[in-house]
Amino acid sequence: MKKILTTPIKDEDLESLNIGDVVYLSGTLVTCRDVAHRRLIELGRELPVNLEGGAIFHAGPIVRKKDNGEYEMVSIGPTTSMRMEKFEKEFIKQTGVKLIVGKGGMGPETQEGCVENKAVHAIFPGGCAVLAATQVEKIEGAEWTDLGMPETLWINRVKEFGPLIISIDTKGKNLIEENKKGFNEKKKPILEKINQKIRFIK
Amino acid sequence: MNKDTQVADLTNLMSKFTAYIGKRLPTDVTTKLGELREKEVNFLAKEVYESMRQNQEAADQLDRPSCQDTGVIQYFLTAGAKFPLLGELEDILRNATLGATKEGPLRHNAVETFEEKNTGTNTGSKIPWLDWEIVPDSDSVIIDVYMAGGGCTLPGAAKVLMPGQGYEGVAEFVFDVITSRGVNACPPLLVGVGVSTSAETAARLSKKAILRPVTSSNPNENAALMEELLAEGLNELGLGPQGLTGNNSVMGVNIESSARHPSTIGVAVSTGCWAHRRGKIKINADMSYEIISHQGFKV
Repeated sequence: MKKILTTPIKDEDLESLNIGDVVYLSGTLVTCRDVAHRRLIELGRELPVNLEGGAIFHAGPIVRKKDNGEYEMVSIGPTTSMRMEKFEKEFIKQTGVKLIVGKGGMGPETQEGCVENKAVHAIFPGGCAVLAATQVEKIEGAEWTDLGMPETLWINRVKEFGPLIISIDTKGKNLIEENKKGFNEKKKPILEKINQKIRFIK
Repeated sequence: MNKDTQVADLTNLMSKFTAYIGKRLPTDVTTKLGELREKEVNFLAKEVYESMRQNQEAADQLDRPSCQDTGVIQYFLTAGAKFPLLGELEDILRNATLGATKEGPLRHNAVETFEEKNTGTNTGSKIPWLDWEIVPDSDSVIIDVYMAGGGCTLPGAAKVLMPGQGYEGVAEFVFDVITSRGVNACPPLLVGVGVSTSAETAARLSKKAILRPVTSSNPNENAALMEELLAEGLNELGLGPQGLTGNNSVMGVNIESSARHPSTIGVAVSTGCWAHRRGKIKINADMSYEIISHQGFKV
């Protein structure tokens, strides 16, 4: 059975989740990436959306304005979450956001933020932007539109949005960091094998 | 046909083709992804490959860009010196980018540096980026269109090694880039490696390398061996789709090279994500054309 999170998300909804679990999201999902993080954390500007118990998506979508003035979500996949590492711990603390969706892993600061404030980071499969767009029921609002299409805060109503693969859980486990450790351990013996065969300079 | 009509027709063709390659992957990439998908056994890897399959199907049916990051548009031209519209190509491709941005629609991805404003048109200073090679006796042009997305551009790196580090140093550099930053660049990746004389020559060649088909080999025997060894070795790391672990890491490794200074080995890596959006089109002197990378394209 599908595990579905619904906004507003409560601490107890997240406590049982472990890295590698697959969940889906119904409710509100707000896009939020580089400049929005910078504005809140570095420039101290108030975020124009309340994210208490909410979910953000590291994503810069393609949006089309329809003739009736409404927005249509065309294509919305995740962007590299690691770019937001610098800001995320403080972002979680200040906003009360519970679910951060993006691509690839995040670092130790975000891990700390997830433990201290009971939040999780999840991966939506990168590049699967039309699949994601078909799970957006409606764009309910747009804030900070001065930032241009990719950086605007798009407020989306989503239904069973996913798959979302938990990559940092509330206990501080970090899936991608663990995977990376494994890759790095394997690297040396593989290179030794290759290097014997490519001594072209003689 | 007069020149103005030819320019308008070619602009329209390139505009349509540029938008098209954001929606459908080239045939070689689709075939390779199908093969890799079959080899995966772990739950998360299979789950991600299934999302990828559903996504490409939805993009095709809904006629939408399959990934929201339609990149900075780059055109790599192999142009005959006698191609009738040689002098017009730069304007044609700039207007084609403007057209594709509306038609795709493409995401607005050109931020004017120092002014730090998104131009909203995918054009800006030197963007779309054009790379030229002139072929003396030819009257046709081959254009590789590439959507350089942010995620797969981020791992890009170049370095100049000392000859003592040898090709072993090249292999280590490639592995370091892939295990550190390649994980976030939407694997399985197509890895381009430039082996050359300096940082910028290697960098350019590494990008040219990912324009080659995923299964192609370098004509030089040693370079081809190294492509094979690197691909096997990177697969052994088992990045899997999205770095979630699996039986493969890469779609392939392509190496391009030039002669080098005896004191230097320039090396660079460029990566293409699984959604490797590139297209190859040949345009003849009479403006008839042939699509080399895709099947089923119509203006």
